Amino acid sequence: MIYREAGDFSTTYPQDSQTFPIKFDRYRYYVVLAFAFLVVPFLINDYWANAILLPFLIYAIAAIGLNILTGYCGQVSLGTGGFMAVGAYACYKLMTAFPDVSMFIHVILAGFITAAVGVVFGLPSLRIKGFYLAVATLAAQFFLVWLFNRVSWFYNYSASGQINAPERDTFGILITGPNATAWATYLFCLIFCTASAIIARNLTRGTLGRSWMAIRDMDIAAEIIGVNPLKAKLTAFAVSSFFVGISGALFFAIYLGAVEVGEVFGITKSFLVLFMVIIGGLGSVFGSFAGAAFLVLLPVALKVVGADMLGWPTDIVAHFQLVIVGALIIFFLIVEPHGLAQLWRLAKEKLRLWPFPH
Amino acid sequence: MPEQLLFAMEVTLNGLMAGVLYALVALGFVLIFKASGIFNFAQGVMALFAAMTLVGIMDGQVPFAHLINATFGTDIHHFGWHVPALLAIILTTGVMVLLAIGVQKFVMGHLVNQEPIILFMATIGLAYFLEGLSDLMWGSEIKKLDVGLPQGINETIDQVTYDLFGYGFFIDNLDIVATVIAALLVVALVLFAQYTKQGRAMRAVADDHQAALSVGISLNFIWVLVWSLAGFVALVAGIMWGTKSGVQFSLSLIALKALPVLMLGGFTSIPGAIVGGLIIGVGEKLFEFLLGPALGGATENWFAYVLALIFLLFRPQGLFGEKIIERV
Repeated sequence: MIYREAGDFSTTYPQDSQTFPIKFDRYRYYVVLAFAFLVVPFLINDYWANAILLPFLIYAIAAIGLNILTGYCGQVSLGTGGFMAVGAYACYKLMTAFPDVSMFIHVILAGFITAAVGVVFGLPSLRIKGFYLAVATLAAQFFLVWLFNRVSWFYNYSASGQINAPERDTFGILITGPNATAWATYLFCLIFCTASAIIARNLTRGTLGRSWMAIRDMDIAAEIIGVNPLKAKLTAFAVSSFFVGISGALFFAIYLGAVEVGEVFGITKSFLVLFMVIIGGLGSVFGSFAGAAFLVLLPVALKVVGADMLGWPTDIVAHFQLVIVGALIIFFLIVEPHGLAQLWRLAKEKLRLWPFPH
Repeated sequence: MPEQLLFAMEVTLNGLMAGVLYALVALGFVLIFKASGIFNFAQGVMALFAAMTLVGIMDGQVPFAHLINATFGTDIHHFGWHVPALLAIILTTGVMVLLAIGVQKFVMGHLVNQEPIILFMATIGLAYFLEGLSDLMWGSEIKKLDVGLPQGINETIDQVTYDLFGYGFFIDNLDIVATVIAALLVVALVLFAQYTKQGRAMRAVADDHQAALSVGISLNFIWVLVWSLAGFVALVAGIMWGTKSGVQFSLSLIALKALPVLMLGGFTSIPGAIVGGLIIGVGEKLFEFLLGPALGGATENWFAYVLALIFLLFRPQGLFGEKIIERV
């Protein structure tokens, strides 16, 4: 009897079309937001920020981005790592070229630059479909990583080939660099993450999102009923890359601080984000969060159990992690192809009827 | 003849040989894709797993030794015997058949009638699982694989070309062996598919699952058969690559190299896999030779993908793929 809509009347159209139509759900959402913005910053320390919260928020943004492309528009992409690298390097170039500008602007601009690159690599999707496209996005992945490795202009001709985030602030608060405080970096990422989720949620239930879903479900049929595939696919690539670019910029500037492109933004990163989307749930914003949380927490939990409690060497724990992630993906695909988001939906449905079974 | 041209010829020849190895991996993909419509991303990891198992059996390694040692505080690693190469290959083939049965029983059997993209993602999961499993079973250090294949420069070719052009070509014996074996494998597979009962059943399944079921062909059996064949092809590829550059994690990355080969050749064509492999092999070696220095080197990382991408823009089904007909 928790998620019950009885007594919850919509008297205006905006009320009827709000994101969380059930009152309980809406209040839960406000409580979570308030907790994240008002309570967590006072409790946070460096370990929590760096081990769990920052990667979670940043991966959630990337997962939302990929979910738009793969989950909503049906275009499988294996180039997420490459696009994250674009965001990171764009942010780096902007940070070093305009040191006085606020980090907010840099990260958002990095998102727009990645969106432009994403559109270019999205062009083949108009001709190529399905698996062929998935493999074609690998071209983006390998080419972009190679580019950032070889062209020294991108890393400002530094001898190591690495990029290092200089100290930058926003509104006078230090955000990047080793001296940034945990609460500042956390809030910075949280703002981007919340904004991304709200934008994505509202895009996907509007005209644009419906045209994406039409293309996903059957592109020829969609074309016949008047959805422009060029517009739908390219906007999906642009919006998706925008979010992925932002997450790449945050990943580099806020979370890691120093990046070697082949190591950080390699093909494994593409797969990691893809797994988040699959495990979380294709075509669901909540699923992106659930998937990101799951795959960020899993290694931490495994490390605690395997290395700290059982005393296994770390390499064995790392191998176990591969086995478990692989098995979980297969498990989810067999048992619940719609991922954690679907489990959440089912749980809500059960709660709505509770204590009655039907 | 000018020296540059000779170099280019040598690079081309070496590219052809490398292409054969790509084609070997691509062949495994095509087999599974034709028979079940599954795009098997785990093919490269299967090659790694097969090669690791082969080395493990040959050296008499104890499976899961690291794990057992870490859990029980023991110190075991080898049984202390050496298995001859041929026997080990037969045993490893057995392991690959078991793997095929396991995959069919626990993974693919539950995913019948799912969308292709779901199956594709399941094979990515399988790839991760196998990768972790093979590391847990046999340890992740680089291993040497030697099943008695000839290696090193081929003296005859070196001598003949030296006499002809005044410049000896460097061709690895192993590459020649690989080419011969790949050719034999393709001929054997084609003969199998054309002239045996199981082969015919396999083609029927590839053509239409439901029609095949209705004439009494067991889908289950055919899929196990196909996965076993793919496992065997993976073993052959694993032996070749393992002998060439050691058995290690990077072996599984050749699967990624095989993808553009597939795209070029078309997912459904065995000749396409061979031709695609050769084009990619020669193309990336020549490109690196001609333009690599100007572009900063290591163009092999992406050339194959970009080539396949550009090619697909003009012919979306690949060279030999079936024409894509779309209906609402």
